[in-house]
Amino acid sequence: MYSLPGMCSIIHVGKNEKIKTIKEAISQAHELDTVLVHGGYYKEGNIFISKKIVLKGIDLPTLDGENKHQIISVKANGVVVDGFKIVHSGTSSLEDIAGIKLYDVRDAVVQNNVLDDTFFGIYTQRGINCLIQNNVLTSARKQEQASGNGIHCWKSDSMRIINNTIKGHRDGIYFEFVTNSVIWRNVSTSNLRYGLHFMFSNSDSYISNIFRYNGAGVSVMFSHHVKMFNNYFEENWGDGAYGILLKEIADSYIDGNHFIKNTSAIYMEGVSRTIMVKNVFRNNGWALKIQASCMETELHDNVFLGNTFDVGTNGSLVLNNFDGNYWDKYEGYDLNKNGIGDLPYRPVSMYSMIVERNPPAMILFHSFMTSLLDKTEKVLPTLTPENLADTKPLMKLPFRL
Amino acid sequence: MKKIIKYIITDILRNKIILSYTAFLLAISFTIFSLEDNSTKGLLSLLNIVLIIVPLISIIFSTIYIYNSAEFIELLVSQPLQRKKIWLGLFTGLAGSFTIAFLIGAGIPIILFEATAVGFMILAVGILLSIIFVAIAMFAAVKIRDKAKGIGVTILLWLYFSLLFDGIVLFLLFQFSDYPIEKPMIAVSMLNPIDIGRILILLKMDVSALMGYTGAVFKDFFGTTTGMVTSFLILALWMICPLLISLRKFDRKDL
Amino acid sequence: MISATNISKQFGKLMALDNISVTYPAGECIALIGPNGSGKTTFIKSILGMVVPDSGKILFKGKDIAHDCHYRSDIGYMPQIGRYPENMTVGQVLEMMKDIRNHRGSLDDDLINDFNFKSLLNKRMRTLSGGTRQKVSAALAFMFNPEVLILDEPTAGLDPVASEILKQKIVREKEKGKLILITSHVLSELDDIVTQVMYMQDGKMMFYKPFDLLQFETGENKLSKAIAMIMQQNQFSDIL
Repeated sequence: MYSLPGMCSIIHVGKNEKIKTIKEAISQAHELDTVLVHGGYYKEGNIFISKKIVLKGIDLPTLDGENKHQIISVKANGVVVDGFKIVHSGTSSLEDIAGIKLYDVRDAVVQNNVLDDTFFGIYTQRGINCLIQNNVLTSARKQEQASGNGIHCWKSDSMRIINNTIKGHRDGIYFEFVTNSVIWRNVSTSNLRYGLHFMFSNSDSYISNIFRYNGAGVSVMFSHHVKMFNNYFEENWGDGAYGILLKEIADSYIDGNHFIKNTSAIYMEGVSRTIMVKNVFRNNGWALKIQASCMETELHDNVFLGNTFDVGTNGSLVLNNFDGNYWDKYEGYDLNKNGIGDLPYRPVSMYSMIVERNPPAMILFHSFMTSLLDKTEKVLPTLTPENLADTKPLMKLPFRL
Repeated sequence: MKKIIKYIITDILRNKIILSYTAFLLAISFTIFSLEDNSTKGLLSLLNIVLIIVPLISIIFSTIYIYNSAEFIELLVSQPLQRKKIWLGLFTGLAGSFTIAFLIGAGIPIILFEATAVGFMILAVGILLSIIFVAIAMFAAVKIRDKAKGIGVTILLWLYFSLLFDGIVLFLLFQFSDYPIEKPMIAVSMLNPIDIGRILILLKMDVSALMGYTGAVFKDFFGTTTGMVTSFLILALWMICPLLISLRKFDRKDL
Repeated sequence: MISATNISKQFGKLMALDNISVTYPAGECIALIGPNGSGKTTFIKSILGMVVPDSGKILFKGKDIAHDCHYRSDIGYMPQIGRYPENMTVGQVLEMMKDIRNHRGSLDDDLINDFNFKSLLNKRMRTLSGGTRQKVSAALAFMFNPEVLILDEPTAGLDPVASEILKQKIVREKEKGKLILITSHVLSELDDIVTQVMYMQDGKMMFYKPFDLLQFETGENKLSKAIAMIMQQNQFSDIL
């Protein structure tokens, strides 16, 4: 679109320019023009973009919504919004007011913006093939109701969410009915609810993201063909907080993720035909809470280190395969030196069953009595599901950490 | 009193049991840390030693020592020495020896291999439990004249604090599982010094697992400065109360 | 020097001391005599503050001994069975006692020399025989030149030579005007030392009188015979 000389022009906006306001510049601009906004402070209410233009800020001009307005509304395909500081959007419980909102558009690009104190950050509805990258979104609102999501996508397709930093929103990244999209290299921390909230969104990938200190971790629900690679889920603490909450997920692939210091690293409910490999679970309260409604899930080459409980479950039915993982609590031996322990490992300890039924019993953890109970249970399993075992536990780490 | 402490510590140090205890702790801690490639497991084994072995050895050895020193105590009492000072000297001697033994036996490996918050908490709890169980031993020994009976009672006391008490707590937990019993549980756990120590370590060791709702209640209490100070004060009470009662009793005891 | 008024002590159902009142002046050598379990040792221990009486008062040099310990620096006590920290050597025990007593004045080494302790000093207490332990106890009792000596069965377990050495020592100390309180079963040994006799039975003091008066009353010279006579008389009076 930049390669059509003579057809597009550059319109400058700034204190020292002929055109002082962005709205005026946009109204003068034609399709494919570039509006260059120079550094400064602009309070123009809601800026509508209904033509295919590039709106670019130089030296991070600030657009202030004065706590009343949505700041940029994009209603044309192929618009680029680049390099703005967008602050103080309005707040509403009736409509989703955002810093930048894309309405039913395709091929839009939102990049290099800094959003501060916005209700919703960057909001897309019915977007196709949009790119949202290198933005920094921060909100410091304390209550969930007064706070919107950082990057919010609804009924969209082929979205690319890359290298954004999102902090302090209700949900860091929100996907609902979004397909064929990728979420890559984002950092989503300290959000009130979820770092990533993901529902009814099929065939998406999220790769190399960091989700940390979120109120409830990450939630991925009612989706299939989801791929999760090399993400970090760290220090998501609380009763309802999970590294990832997986609910009704099918045919998905979870590979090479790191789960560190979460109350529960993964909580799985109704997960089927999903493969989990080479994930590292370290110093979590529970590495896996797997409900009996999960089936045909395969776990292998995962590493379990220093977790209080490796696996917790609510029933005795086991339709999943746990063979071939590394468990630091494994105490068996390997006589034929093939790297696979000769005795099976049962990752569900009796005490995790007790705590599951009666959470305050945690206060007795590591006491002499509970150790005795655990030891007895290992010899004579009565409470723990007998079939939930790794029959081929690895003696050594399957890969370098 | 310094003199009494000096003689008691020299006497205890000449006793091979305390030296073997130190060597045992040293050997086992070094083995734990060098065999386990993963320090969490090492700490877990060390935790079991601190919560089970340390109280057992402290209480039994102290009881036996006090009974065996009956004549020595008698000799001291016939001298121009205050009874209180004799008894406190005996306590300081025993508690000091066990503290030194634990500091050497477990402290050195902890500082070498695991100089972390968990490691130091284990060290602190180990020392406090050593002293507390010396105090409890002195209470039992002054209360019961017969040596065999006295040793039997101290073994029962140890069994109670390390096993039976938790059994009762677990029973209560299930009996009252329909009620919000987290806060009462904190109060109940204060009745057992081993439990206080264990929870303090638990908060450092399994902090992730404790961040759930229930854990958060515990964390809200034990994790805060007030909670920590309270727990340590109660541990101090566990030291002081048996000691003071035994002191009163000894002051009036017929030898 | 020492006076006890209305001392009573009960162990369970047993009345160990039953309302005993007695005064021991300095310069006397008192034999505390009575059958086994008559309360002799309990009475001695009451004076030493090792047993706390249920009622009554004991004054030492006019001061109540309850909740006091300093008066004990004027007492040398030789227990019936002297046992010491097993791991210490004889030398260390002696040093320790010197250290604990914090004695100013000169030390009395007579018994240490007479019992020939030199060869024993490096022996551990647990290797010593009962008699040798008694020697250590005796040496300790006399070492600090106390004004009062309380000797509980001093010669029991001592060989005749040592027994004689100890007796001579007691005589010498008595001549210095010290108060000496002795309990003993072997009555014959006490004949030449004793000036007063206190006889106890079932926790009661049956009598307390000068030895020469006792000799006169019973017509017996030997303490053992005099006591035997008294006991017989008591039995008769019981029967009558």
